[in-house]
Amino acid sequence: MIVILLKGVSVLGFIAFSAMFLIWLERKVSAKIQNRMGPMMTGFHGSLQPVADTIKLLLKEDIVPQGVDFITWWLAPFFVTVPVVMAFLVIPFSSKWIALDLNVGVLYICSVTSICVLGIFMAGWGSNNKYSLLGGMRSAAQIISYEVPLLLSVLLVVMQSGTMSMQGIVHAQEHCWFIFRPHLALAFIIYTIAATAECNRVPFDIPEAESELVAGYHTEYSGMKFAMFFVAEYTNMFIISAIATTLFFGGWQGPFLPGLVWFLLKSYGFVFFLMWMRWTLPRLRMDQMMSFAWKFLTPIALLNLLISGWFMVR
Amino acid sequence: MGELLTVNMGPQHPSTHGVLYLELKMDGEIVVDCKPHLGYLHRGIEKIAENRTYTQFIPFTDRLDYLASMNNNLAYCLAVEKLLNIAVTDRAQYLRVIIAELNRAVSHLVAIGTFAQDLGAYATPLFYAFRDREKIIDLFDSICGARLTYNYMRIGGVSADIPAGTEQLIKDFIAYERKQLIEYNELLTYNVIFLARSKKIGVLSKETALNYSVTGPNLRASGVKWDVRKEEPYLVYNKFDFDIPVGANGDSWDRFKVKLDEISQSLRIIEQAIGAIPEGNPVSKVNRVFRGTGEVYLRTENPRGELGFYLVAEGGFTPYRCKIRSPSFSNLSVLRELTRGLNISDLVCVLGSLDIVMGEIDR
Repeated sequence: MIVILLKGVSVLGFIAFSAMFLIWLERKVSAKIQNRMGPMMTGFHGSLQPVADTIKLLLKEDIVPQGVDFITWWLAPFFVTVPVVMAFLVIPFSSKWIALDLNVGVLYICSVTSICVLGIFMAGWGSNNKYSLLGGMRSAAQIISYEVPLLLSVLLVVMQSGTMSMQGIVHAQEHCWFIFRPHLALAFIIYTIAATAECNRVPFDIPEAESELVAGYHTEYSGMKFAMFFVAEYTNMFIISAIATTLFFGGWQGPFLPGLVWFLLKSYGFVFFLMWMRWTLPRLRMDQMMSFAWKFLTPIALLNLLISGWFMVR
Repeated sequence: MGELLTVNMGPQHPSTHGVLYLELKMDGEIVVDCKPHLGYLHRGIEKIAENRTYTQFIPFTDRLDYLASMNNNLAYCLAVEKLLNIAVTDRAQYLRVIIAELNRAVSHLVAIGTFAQDLGAYATPLFYAFRDREKIIDLFDSICGARLTYNYMRIGGVSADIPAGTEQLIKDFIAYERKQLIEYNELLTYNVIFLARSKKIGVLSKETALNYSVTGPNLRASGVKWDVRKEEPYLVYNKFDFDIPVGANGDSWDRFKVKLDEISQSLRIIEQAIGAIPEGNPVSKVNRVFRGTGEVYLRTENPRGELGFYLVAEGGFTPYRCKIRSPSFSNLSVLRELTRGLNISDLVCVLGSLDIVMGEIDR
């Protein structure tokens, strides 16, 4: 019982810390790209800025806009945040550090994180705001479309390693990381694109397109409810990177340094790549993005699956 | 067609470029009708002109197109000079050309940056543009003491000569900006996503552009080679060698590209002008208060199109009537035609590429 409690507390602690670190990192990375300094005043190079932001958000009034569908509106942030926390259950930080090594780990993580879309759509629907509604509808369409190529690319990894357990997949990469095998490298590219769309990052940040929809589905949220969306977004980004690390980059494996360090290095490296893209590229249009998913990404993923599967069986 | 959704876009919205209010009728995400509402920034500047002496009105022209204050100053001063037949020294004319072209470059930089922002390139191109703009703004600060509303041009000259060393700074800027323009091309112009978002979006045909009296880069992007600096040269523009960039299709990408090319043409003009600038005193010798009679219309090529001042004077210290023909007003009026049937994302793209400034639409 105590062990389970400790595990839970440490996971929650890690989520809070990681989200704060990522917010700071994003501000610093964007500042570097844009010839700015970024936060500099609070702590060493602004390292305490997320803490200050959190305190500010905690103290803010929780505004309930007029005419919201209260239950839907109130529940939405939880539907976004809770699945993200649940996904941490099966992430292998090192050979020992894993809360629960489920034998259907990959399936679990994929199904749990796709609950997020429900929360986003609830937020868009419940807010009684046309921009939010458009954002929510866009989000639902986008995330459901990109779920298909995402799962197809993950499926290939499962086929290659012969197990759905996250630790099992890491062990299957002992001799050669999956990224170095050509068919899995293609799967990785598909995964990266689909995952970027899954967590609403540029160039697929269409649900919260600022220049079109103000802030999309979370326009009407303030204070801690807004903070929950924010934390969920950044934690989601970390999970996407952690899955990429586990499935394609050999997980916690690496020479000299301990497994945990390797895992975090790889994950945050992937996060940095996502940030780099965000601050460089323009945004796609809704219909372009949808046709890209259905007419290009999904067929390629299917074809990849078919051809590699044929070679594996042979 | 299902039930239409009415979305009130603006007056507070991140990408309506000021206090523009668009009344959108939407079928899902498709814009069925887009009706711009004006008047949120109306200050009655044309009426104010009737109650101010000719010189006192110059600061008000700053507030028209606030991204190109120098060009507005210039157009107004030229109109009054034409009304009263005031001669301007050669040095003042060259200075005016240099300053006006610098301001054109700055204005286009902002236009490019905000357009990229509208397409969802989060802040990075905007910051790049503002980094370059900052250099010219600092320069203007040293010349006239203001960073946005300059009030630099005077009737019969300029308010002060440029400080020593400015010429070198401008030359440095030209060399610097030419390098930066390459960077803009790499970052935006030929980016696949950028092309997909702006090519063939909001195509403005030659005929429509002429019917709506669209001017400036928007007209030239539609393939009409019309530039007041070439067609009706004012100041000393006929002494310089420069091209008029023209677009092929009149889509949003062309409007963007024409602006980018115009920056390099402006740099060319500045380079020639700074090499040939004569000695002399550019400061105005005209009295602050004077009477005038007559009627005059004068137009200049502003960054956003043709800015015209129509002045009627009936012998008093103030003009009897002042009518301002602002380019953004005509450029905005074509929006409804362009956006019918487009996606809301494309609406933002078209609006950004038309590059309007509300200050001169509402006046």
